[in-house]
Amino acid sequence: MSIKAEHINYLYGEGTAFEQYALKDVSFEIRDGQFIGLIGHTGSGKSTLIQHLNGLLKASSGKIYYNGEDIYQDNYDRKSLRSKVGLVFQYPEHQLFEIDVFSDVCFGPKNQGFSKEEVESRAREALMQVRLEERFWHQSPFELSGGQKRRVAIAGVLAMRPEVLILDEPTAGLDPRGRDEILEEIAVLHRERGMSIILVSHSMEDIARYADRILVMNHGEKVFDAPPKEVFRHDKELEQIGLAAPQVTYVARRLREQGIPMPEDITTVEEAKKAILVLFDRRGKKSMSNDSRKAGDKI
Amino acid sequence: MAMGIIKASKLVFDYIRQDEDDHIEEVNRAIDGVDVDIREGDFVAILGHNGSGKSTFAKQINGILLPTEGVVWVSGMKTSDDSHIWDIRKTAGMVFQNPDNQIIGNVVEEDVGFGPENLGVPTDEIWRRVDESLAAVGMTAYRLKSPNKLSGGQKQRVAIAGVMAMKPKCIILDEPTAMLDPNGRKEVIRTIHELNKKEGITILLITHYMEEVIDADRVIVMDDGHLVMDGTPREIFSQVRRLKEYRLDVPQVTELAYELKQEGVEIPEGILSIEELVEALISLLGDDAGGQKENVD
Repeated sequence: MSIKAEHINYLYGEGTAFEQYALKDVSFEIRDGQFIGLIGHTGSGKSTLIQHLNGLLKASSGKIYYNGEDIYQDNYDRKSLRSKVGLVFQYPEHQLFEIDVFSDVCFGPKNQGFSKEEVESRAREALMQVRLEERFWHQSPFELSGGQKRRVAIAGVLAMRPEVLILDEPTAGLDPRGRDEILEEIAVLHRERGMSIILVSHSMEDIARYADRILVMNHGEKVFDAPPKEVFRHDKELEQIGLAAPQVTYVARRLREQGIPMPEDITTVEEAKKAILVLFDRRGKKSMSNDSRKAGDKI
Repeated sequence: MAMGIIKASKLVFDYIRQDEDDHIEEVNRAIDGVDVDIREGDFVAILGHNGSGKSTFAKQINGILLPTEGVVWVSGMKTSDDSHIWDIRKTAGMVFQNPDNQIIGNVVEEDVGFGPENLGVPTDEIWRRVDESLAAVGMTAYRLKSPNKLSGGQKQRVAIAGVMAMKPKCIILDEPTAMLDPNGRKEVIRTIHELNKKEGITILLITHYMEEVIDADRVIVMDDGHLVMDGTPREIFSQVRRLKEYRLDVPQVTELAYELKQEGVEIPEGILSIEELVEALISLLGDDAGGQKENVD
């Protein structure tokens, strides 16, 4: 599968005095199995952009191709596009409504017209993918914790077996462990199912850890499109548009400025740790314990 | 011994679920024997995973919830004493997570004046308070704007101004930044630090963002209804493994420093900022870098 956007423009209030570009000449191609991080401050056009990718919004001009097919052509099946490109909105648990978890997850595939058996088998699979224990399946979704509700909502999208999964800040409002668990589940969908992922997030640390490519939006325009290591090298430009690099990237930069030879492409704790340990090793100064440290100092 | 502005003693709170005939179906203990004393003027952060009891604790402070067992005092007044409830709510104001649920006025200044008006404050005094409160949160320029045109961070500052207009001694903020973007988060955190420093308002900040905690005077960690850790940010964040057991996290630099220490690098405990880590690493590596340069020369 692939999604290709060509010169997408989207105007609010077209033809009025308040006409304003929400997206301006945005082009890119997302190929099979990529994990994309989509970043940009509030109002940069991220949410507008993702709603174009499954046809919820129609571009004022420009084209979008899904698997090479123009989704705006007259006979294109946009309904089935919405199940192939699954979109998990912000705070998706606000959209839960059924009397129990299982029925809620069944809603999507049921609407797609599958048999009862198929619907239920998809719902079971989806709930297992988000690792929601079976004892919760027949409870009201409203009795679950925040993290569990969020999982149910994600399962509702997964039950439609999308090829591409787009998530708009899926970890907002969760506690740290809850955040890690959701991200880990998304990473598994990507790794083991080959699902393409587009993750909208404000956490540069999370993006650096999971994405293999970052799209940066500002004022409706795409300003960067590159692997994390390259994008985060531009920390100054990112700051100018209200973003930042991960903390460890700054640590590496400051050390470099002090003449300590740190690599330029540090974006995760793991990488920083490795690079710093190499420095200590190289200098025979890896002060294991108090004694060896003192000995090391004298050398 | 003098009592702090907020004090809880052997506090227990049960959420009780009843069926249609008032029979008790389920009892859920959200707070289980908490003793805490908060000094006036402190900036206190409360951490804990979802369901740890921290929001329930916050609601105990201004009497939205009342103790099942034990006592909570606010400025020496018992929250369980009905006759004090309005004084308690004036003393301890609350700000919640979702700014859209807290704003009711059509115009910013109207929204801020709502609280004191409800308290029967004379009109002149209301306007004076509105002026002061908007200035305190840096939103004076927006006083005639419609709240729904504001960003999330601005809306939260208006909500804080609304609480300030009630002249509280203490503000409790329950995840005020959870729904904001990084800039909005910084705005709100900067604002409450200023209120704490300039106006001497006691702040209780509940948050899941570890970066927001590093400048607090005191950090309290809750788990399973208990108060499990209590100390300065440095003391708390030096215990990385324990925090993770409580489903919490540490800032990325703190994690890196901890990982390096585990490998035998002699880094001080509880590193909280980029600057601190860089400084510590330079003092360990720096001399040597100089030495090498000499050698090269």
